[in-house]
Amino acid sequence: MGVNAWLTIEKLGLTEGGTRIIDGVSLSLGAQRTVVLGPNGAGKSTLLRLIHHLLHPSTGILYWPRRLSQAMVFQRPVMLRTTALANVIYGLKLKGFAAAEYERRARESLARVGLEHIARRPARLLSGGEQQRVALARAWALEPELLILDEPTASLDPASTREVERIIAEIAAGGTRILMTTHNLGQARRMADEIVFIDRGRCVEQTPVAAFFNLPQTEAAQAFLQEEIP
Amino acid sequence: MTTLSGSFLTAWQLVAVADAKLAAIVLLSLRVSLTATLIACTVGMPIGALLAVGRFPGRRALIVLFNGLMGLPPVVVGLLVYLLLSRAGPLGQFGLLFSPEAMIIAQAILVTPIVAALTRQVVADAWSEYREQLRSLGASRTRAAATLLWDGRFSLSTAALAGFGRAIAEVGAVMIVGGNIDGVTRVMTTTIALETSKGDLPLALALGFILITVVLSINAVAYALRGWAERRWG
Repeated sequence: MGVNAWLTIEKLGLTEGGTRIIDGVSLSLGAQRTVVLGPNGAGKSTLLRLIHHLLHPSTGILYWPRRLSQAMVFQRPVMLRTTALANVIYGLKLKGFAAAEYERRARESLARVGLEHIARRPARLLSGGEQQRVALARAWALEPELLILDEPTASLDPASTREVERIIAEIAAGGTRILMTTHNLGQARRMADEIVFIDRGRCVEQTPVAAFFNLPQTEAAQAFLQEEIP
Repeated sequence: MTTLSGSFLTAWQLVAVADAKLAAIVLLSLRVSLTATLIACTVGMPIGALLAVGRFPGRRALIVLFNGLMGLPPVVVGLLVYLLLSRAGPLGQFGLLFSPEAMIIAQAILVTPIVAALTRQVVADAWSEYREQLRSLGASRTRAAATLLWDGRFSLSTAALAGFGRAIAEVGAVMIVGGNIDGVTRVMTTTIALETSKGDLPLALALGFILITVVLSINAVAYALRGWAERRWG
């Protein structure tokens, strides 16, 4: 168990319809920015959902030394049929922030993702990149201690991806712990302090980012990195 | 001149001069069916949304029940409401039988399952898309149901329209609980049935035209509004 771990996972398992999606994962997460890597179907998204309490594990435990406030950003942003601003305010309402603060907090958050000018626009009509930034603003406004992101740039163009990376880095700079998945290895290199490599529902490797890319310790991770298209 | 074309001509004249008796019948129809639809939406939409997102024992049975009740025969609803409201019935003391209010009650009962079942379908589809995001933000199921009702407001107009269409077009229930009393509870459908059996085809035809026109125009307006709203909000 890591000394500074903010979450310790022990023998976590999730079985659905006879399939072991997560198969006895034990991990100590202590880094500020952790990126979970692994092939499709390895269980990365499922692991994130277990940590975010969207799913209940079949076995094992999640041990939180201190309960962290969380927010999650999904691969496809879910926007309500209202303005971008009201979408951010909706999150604040549900989390019980003071009503007098809604508007100011939401506007500040939109400004930090560079979207103050579209606050009054219908959220659903924004571009995919803008919608994802509104989703980030909605999460950021809640001032979470842990922000979980499931392939946040998977369906975005390079410019939007850069912007989303900038925003995530800024959120991390404010002290929020980041836990994310990606299929973009360059992004993993840029965003991670530590890499957790998952394969077939098992945690295969957990190493600092430089070590992972220079000298992966397991064959599975070596094979995964060799598949990268330069 | 054949009976049919003659009837058409007289029917058109009745509509053209906005015959007072005809107008009263049309207005009563609209009042009864619009009020019934409003009540059905107020009750049926929250029920539908909770059936879509809720988790409670008997939920599946209720879904099957509401789906089945969509095909409720109007005469049976009329009969049940008649028994409830008749002098000897449990609600007899209010003296509502053979009044427009009785007709509203009967149509509301007829239409509520339709609105609830269609709402459940719309909200269930949205729920599968929104579920994780709403739970991530900490929305309770009741809150999620309310959010999805608001978010699906344009799609839900179809559920309301289906309910209204059913209400304005049915004869059996309003005939039984309203009694088709001239000037009091006579609506378009009951008048058409009565006048046809009496052989007064022009009035029946005129009402038939109006009935179809009303239903088509309300649908057209709702369709246009929905299209506008969806372009506006995505």
